[in-house]
Amino acid sequence: MPDDETLPVRSSNDIVVVRQVVRMRAVEIGFNLVEQTKIVTAASELARNTIDHGGGGSARLQSLRNGGRAGLRLTFEDKGPGIPDIELALKDGYTTGGGLGLGLSGARRLSNEFEIQSRPGEGTRVTITRWK
Amino acid sequence: MERIPILKMNEFLLVSIQVDMHDRLAMTLQDDLTDRIVRDRARGVLIDISSLEIVDSFIGRMIGNIAAMSRVLDAETVVVGMRPAVAITLVELGLALPGVRTSLNVDKGMELLRSSLARGGNGHRDAGR
Repeated sequence: MPDDETLPVRSSNDIVVVRQVVRMRAVEIGFNLVEQTKIVTAASELARNTIDHGGGGSARLQSLRNGGRAGLRLTFEDKGPGIPDIELALKDGYTTGGGLGLGLSGARRLSNEFEIQSRPGEGTRVTITRWK
Repeated sequence: MERIPILKMNEFLLVSIQVDMHDRLAMTLQDDLTDRIVRDRARGVLIDISSLEIVDSFIGRMIGNIAAMSRVLDAETVVVGMRPAVAITLVELGLALPGVRTSLNVDKGMELLRSSLARGGNGHRDAGR
């Protein structure tokens, strides 16, 4: 399996594929079951955001080996309308999409590192990393 | 079209979710289940999620919606068989499934439904509503 690959995130079925590939990567890295479940769930939330709020985009999966440390980094990118107020978007329960508003904040809690870049009109990029 | 089967067991309906659910399948399940509750006059719904490797906020919302819709139709929902790793992740995600009753397995879920029916109610008060 490649250490760095990018998958399309355009349809509901792509979310299922992203979940499956993230799971395979997590197993390969040696994540335990709870760690696998957390990163796959976070990926599912962010993939859905990419479609619902960003109008579709891509997911980049990178297996990391940093000295003795192994990890998985996921980057979700879209060219959608962007997020005007990131603070607000990160609040539990805040939603513009009719969901539960747990996507971003939940994905952050399920990861070790979380980074978000967004500009109104240009799109959004969310990167999460989970270390073993 | 792909569908999740709904089995009738006496006055209860049993749904076993065994596939990686995409969004449309989840919406179809909500529709099918509410139809069947009315048609079969079901008093309870058991949703077996023991095959689900993850529950994200979308699936969580669907489960919550099914529980709320069933309640309005005078049936109670019990979610059974959640995997431990899923439970840990769900709580960390911030989703505690309020208003949804859970049991460890189908047998215990069935017991829960029977005893709440036997008490005369359909468990609305027990569900914290």
